[in-house]
Amino acid sequence: MDIVAAGSRKYSSSSQVKNSMSPAQLWISFYTMLRKDVVRMFRIWVQTFLPSVMTSTLYFLVFGTVLGSRIGDMQGVDYMQFVVPGLVMLAIVTSSYANTSFTFFSSKFFARSIDEILVSPTPPWLMIAGYVGGGVVRGVLVGTLVLIVSIFFTGLSLSVHSLAIILSFALLTSLVFALAGLVNGIYAKSIDGINLVPTFVLTPLVYLGGIFYSVTSLPSWWQAITYSNPLFYLVNGFRYGFLGITDVKLVYSVGILLSLIALLVAVNWYLIRKGLGLRQ
Amino acid sequence: MIHYLTMNALTVKDVTKTYATGTQALKGVSFEVPEGDFFALLGPNGAGKTTIIGVVTGLVNKTSGSVSVFEYNTDKDTELAKAQIGLVGQEVNFNPFEKPFDIVVNQGGYYGIPRSKAMPRAKQLLEDLGLGEKMYQSALTLSGGMKRRLMIARALIHEPRFLILDEPTAGVDVELRRGMWDYLRKLTKDGVTILLTTHYLEESEQLSKHVAIINKGQIVASGTMDEILAMHDDKEAAKDGYRGGRLEEVFIKLTSEK
Repeated sequence: MDIVAAGSRKYSSSSQVKNSMSPAQLWISFYTMLRKDVVRMFRIWVQTFLPSVMTSTLYFLVFGTVLGSRIGDMQGVDYMQFVVPGLVMLAIVTSSYANTSFTFFSSKFFARSIDEILVSPTPPWLMIAGYVGGGVVRGVLVGTLVLIVSIFFTGLSLSVHSLAIILSFALLTSLVFALAGLVNGIYAKSIDGINLVPTFVLTPLVYLGGIFYSVTSLPSWWQAITYSNPLFYLVNGFRYGFLGITDVKLVYSVGILLSLIALLVAVNWYLIRKGLGLRQ
Repeated sequence: MIHYLTMNALTVKDVTKTYATGTQALKGVSFEVPEGDFFALLGPNGAGKTTIIGVVTGLVNKTSGSVSVFEYNTDKDTELAKAQIGLVGQEVNFNPFEKPFDIVVNQGGYYGIPRSKAMPRAKQLLEDLGLGEKMYQSALTLSGGMKRRLMIARALIHEPRFLILDEPTAGVDVELRRGMWDYLRKLTKDGVTILLTTHYLEESEQLSKHVAIINKGQIVASGTMDEILAMHDDKEAAKDGYRGGRLEEVFIKLTSEK
């Protein structure tokens, strides 16, 4: 096959790049990263969306319908109503974390396609925003799907105390775990590296974070441990948005969320800026 | 009298690189690539060519020294320096599950080019490079030569002033290789400065204006092609048994183990 000459395109004069990226160009770069990731997650929806929905359906079935009917009320509300916010939060946490950790790791490890961004003028902070944006989108989408499924198990009577709190916690929690997933993706040197943290750290924290029970039903020593689990505060804040009940003051939950975001943004910026795991 | 001042597309000064393993890949490398040049960086495997390219493009952190691209210092004006460069790396580095058209358009996005502009440009580049029929198929279906051409199209989407190619014709058949050289020569006529590494020394001898030869992390010779070829000793070559072109003989003389 012949290669056609470049024709009349002139590169030296008309295409000189004189300035750093403008706000519009930064937005285009961010949009490109986000769009690429969203297209990818919809292309492989069986891997990205379906597993969380399936798992959550089983949880609703077992813990809500089968066991829930024997448990009765929790903090004065129906057990199924109590458990829904925690399970939605579980889906948000695991999906947003898995999205950034895997996409970042695979783009630096399998095809080395991360070079496409590294050689471009896209600044490090925008690269973080692009990857994290994909994680937030997936976290919120999966959370929404799980919530839709939960409506069928609650007899179409899911209560909403404050929509603003629900949306804020969903968005900020997915942001926290997308950022945490990115740290994992940066450090991971093998595929095992992105599976270890979710299995041995994230899952225990989520399960022991008060998804299935109120902290007041625990012995005092266990309560003390639970209060040191950041997931507990996020689950409680989210549950407050639905039911108007919480084990801790909402301000603590918001404080923990914002602190985690600030910490993880700083860590990611430092790692990406240094090129850890990216540049030799 | 009018004097035209030309700047260097690339200035590499006293660059060293020691990897975490302790390997000293670059030992004070300095050279310049004039604007509009077709510059060949030659050297045996493991000489440090890819490390230099990595340092220039921001894929490798240098240990010391300075690099400027069109007078933009890569440490201080990092984004501006990067905006001038298009890179065709040695290894295939795109997501094979994506379509060539998307790969090129997305690359434009990372340079801030809106999709409305990037799409017709990507289509034209892919057609120019003989990938018109494959642009909407998965990149998995591309042959080795097609992948190389896709990487060239991707590197040109933002119309860079300086194109760096790290062994672009490795594993490409003769006909396609010639087509690629013609394409690159046209680019230099359009004003694009080219730096490439290659093991095809005869072709480099015909194409390049300037050459630098690197061995074991050090530049052992640099200058115009004529200056480098002038280092060739016909009698010495005949004594050893003449095997290749003059550049090849100079290359062997400068890089072989004594």
